Amino acid sequence: MKKPRYLELEGRSFGYYLLLVILGCFIATGLAAFLYMEHEGHWVTRMDNQIVWGTPHVFAVFLIVAASGALNIASISSVFGKAIYKPLAPLSALLAIALLAGGLAVLVLDLGRPERVIIAMTYYNFKSIFAWNIILYNGFFAIVIVYLWMMMERRFNQYSKFAGLFAFLWRLILTTGTGSIFGFLVARSAYNAAIMAPMFIVLSFAYGLAIFNIVVVAAYSWSKRELGAALLMKLRRLLGLFIAAGLYFVAVYHLTNIYITQHHGVESFILLGSGDTNKIYMKVFWLGQILIGGIIPLLLIYAPALKGRTSMILASSLVILGGLSQMYVTIIGGQAFPLEIFPGKEVIESSFHDGVVNAYSPSLPEAMLGLGGVAIALFLVVFAIKVLRILPQSLADREIDPHYSEPQPAA
Amino acid sequence: MSDDQAINRDRRQFFGMTAAMASLAVAPGVFLSQVKSARAVATQAASDQNRWGMLIDTSKCASGCNDCVTACNKENGISGIHGTATDAQWIRKVTLRDKLTGYVQSLPLLCQHCENPPCVDVCPTGASMKRADGIVLVDKHICIGCRYCMMACPYKARSFIHEVLDEQKAVAPRGKGTVESCTMCVQRVDANRGEEDKTKHRDPACVEACNNNGHKAMWFGDLKDPNSEIVAELQKHGGQQLRPDLQLNTGVRYQGIN
Amino acid sequence: MRLLSTRRRVYFLGTVLLLACLGSTSMADIPRPEIPKAKEMANPATKCVRPVEDMRKHHMQYLLHQRDETLRQGIRTERFQGESLKECIECHNAPDKYGKVARHDEPDHFCNACHRYVAVKIDCFDCHADKPANAVYRNPLADKKLSQQSGFDSEQLLNQLSLDGVAPKGDKQP
Repeated sequence: MKKPRYLELEGRSFGYYLLLVILGCFIATGLAAFLYMEHEGHWVTRMDNQIVWGTPHVFAVFLIVAASGALNIASISSVFGKAIYKPLAPLSALLAIALLAGGLAVLVLDLGRPERVIIAMTYYNFKSIFAWNIILYNGFFAIVIVYLWMMMERRFNQYSKFAGLFAFLWRLILTTGTGSIFGFLVARSAYNAAIMAPMFIVLSFAYGLAIFNIVVVAAYSWSKRELGAALLMKLRRLLGLFIAAGLYFVAVYHLTNIYITQHHGVESFILLGSGDTNKIYMKVFWLGQILIGGIIPLLLIYAPALKGRTSMILASSLVILGGLSQMYVTIIGGQAFPLEIFPGKEVIESSFHDGVVNAYSPSLPEAMLGLGGVAIALFLVVFAIKVLRILPQSLADREIDPHYSEPQPAA
Repeated sequence: MSDDQAINRDRRQFFGMTAAMASLAVAPGVFLSQVKSARAVATQAASDQNRWGMLIDTSKCASGCNDCVTACNKENGISGIHGTATDAQWIRKVTLRDKLTGYVQSLPLLCQHCENPPCVDVCPTGASMKRADGIVLVDKHICIGCRYCMMACPYKARSFIHEVLDEQKAVAPRGKGTVESCTMCVQRVDANRGEEDKTKHRDPACVEACNNNGHKAMWFGDLKDPNSEIVAELQKHGGQQLRPDLQLNTGVRYQGIN
Repeated sequence: MRLLSTRRRVYFLGTVLLLACLGSTSMADIPRPEIPKAKEMANPATKCVRPVEDMRKHHMQYLLHQRDETLRQGIRTERFQGESLKECIECHNAPDKYGKVARHDEPDHFCNACHRYVAVKIDCFDCHADKPANAVYRNPLADKKLSQQSGFDSEQLLNQLSLDGVAPKGDKQP
């Protein structure tokens, strides 16, 4: 096995610039949506006093969770010593930074007072998990940038293992923090569960890797660099494992709630759609999160007949859709279910939408802002691989696989 | 912190002295005219010797009566703008029916001014805060509009301002992009603290309206004052919390939820 | 890697300098603001509750100090002379001869007169009342809610109608 040689993308092709322009357009519409919402106030969205976090938060939390998951390939190589993933570690770190930047951009631009974001970094309430998250996000940027630097600067290569370990521990804490944003909420039946934190960590493995797979295949196909079949097979199996683990955590979360009488209401709301006229969360859960985001990708990954890139890319794309569905059910479904202020009572009259399932459907500006965040993340990656030596010149199996053996010519 | 407070105290005394000296030195008429127009003011900070609370007797609360809500809106300058989904509501009327017995009752629901408020716990900047005297407020100067407090509140007591506001009341600053909730008419609570004459003390607008209109379903007072009317009533007839299982020790208590 | 050729660098620098010159000349053209008079002199010695120079320089510190103590500790006292935004507005957004007052985004609102000139944006009036309690805005068209309902562009009309010289003629908001 040779030492991988990293090289910038040439990035002069029509396709490369077209990609940047398309992503730029999405970023521009996202910013336009932000300016509109900021100028008019949030009443122009479908968010209200019932559904206080809407589609922007679905995208933002998904991107933030995926960011920590995207770092996995780097962690597996540096912390767990899997040599075959080592050439991909810089891209893994870059993608992690980019996804976090995209997610945070959406989160900040949806604030009621986005111009006060500096206050969020100067006034801290240390009992707030949100405040901790602000520190964790900023720390993640700093640590992963240092980690990336150690990997890219030959003199510091020896320290990259240590930086990688630190980044790995930090990302575990970071996703614990993200899951706990919901886990620590005592008021709402759908949240208030310690399992939220580990569930988010396991889900992050799948979401991050799914995005990573697509980015790797796209970058190597479009730049006509070699990408080995053995590496792809490993990435594919890893994704399968992560999807299965995620499904297990989702099952445990729901089984616990089904067992506890107090939570029967919210469970039948999400799983059976009771009380929900359009049964929207039931559909998004079963079709989006479980079928599209879990079962179909597993079949695509493990079906013996399928081995190619297409099935893997399809599986990865479905995992992303499933991830967005999961966030939709968790964030919006969790708020749509009414608060239990008066256990044992039903609310028959209220001017403030008490006791009823809260209606919500994404508005255009919200979706544009969310997609703008995705575009920011991808734009950063596409730009960075042109100006920085992130991508190995070749990912052919003979270059990177320690167990590679030349095919013997038939005797 | 204590150093800061000491400095602030010195500063206040200095300002006070300066103002007093200046007023002696200059034409007394000007100063007098100011004193005449001045309302009662609170020179002392809110103290943890008090805990302001409310008691609501649901049996006296008539279904269909909205007097408390109207009074609150008037006092704090709250009005409907884009519909009930996005409009602010500091206090609202809720009608309940017991799932088992079918018993129907009506009550006002507002910020419960918890001793351990979840909204204060989760606020990243400390904008959501509880005063020494138990009143839970939002410091809109440092509220970033993240709405996490609205996710955390078990009573849905908070509203986000979804649009540019106009013609706010001087006593109740409120504006786009920040979260707000019932302040227990903190402007009145503070004015009471500066007013020696107890007959001039004013209850929060909702309680005042409920009593003035003869319903007498609401009490306001100091839960730490053994001689207060509200404590006497609580000792006599009790008063329960909403969601007592959360152990938030709410400052607003209810009678007759059954 | 060279980003620009030498000749382009010269052009670039020249443009920057030109823009800088333009910026400085146009600044000199802006007339100094006419600061509206207060309702009454709070104190003949200091004119304001504090000496005017002190107020001009330090009002923001006084307001900041007072806001935290009032909100967080409930101290609302006139010992804080001149530290309460409400008192400032009571006196400084004085009614005109018709008994009406300016809105905070009009050029002759007391706060806005200076803040426009020095280009310091304040967000106080996003939440705080910009006029004394019960005072009436000078121009009903300045009431955004009303003008939105009626479909008028109030800003434009305000600039067209110079109401008895009260609204400055042709003075547009930047």
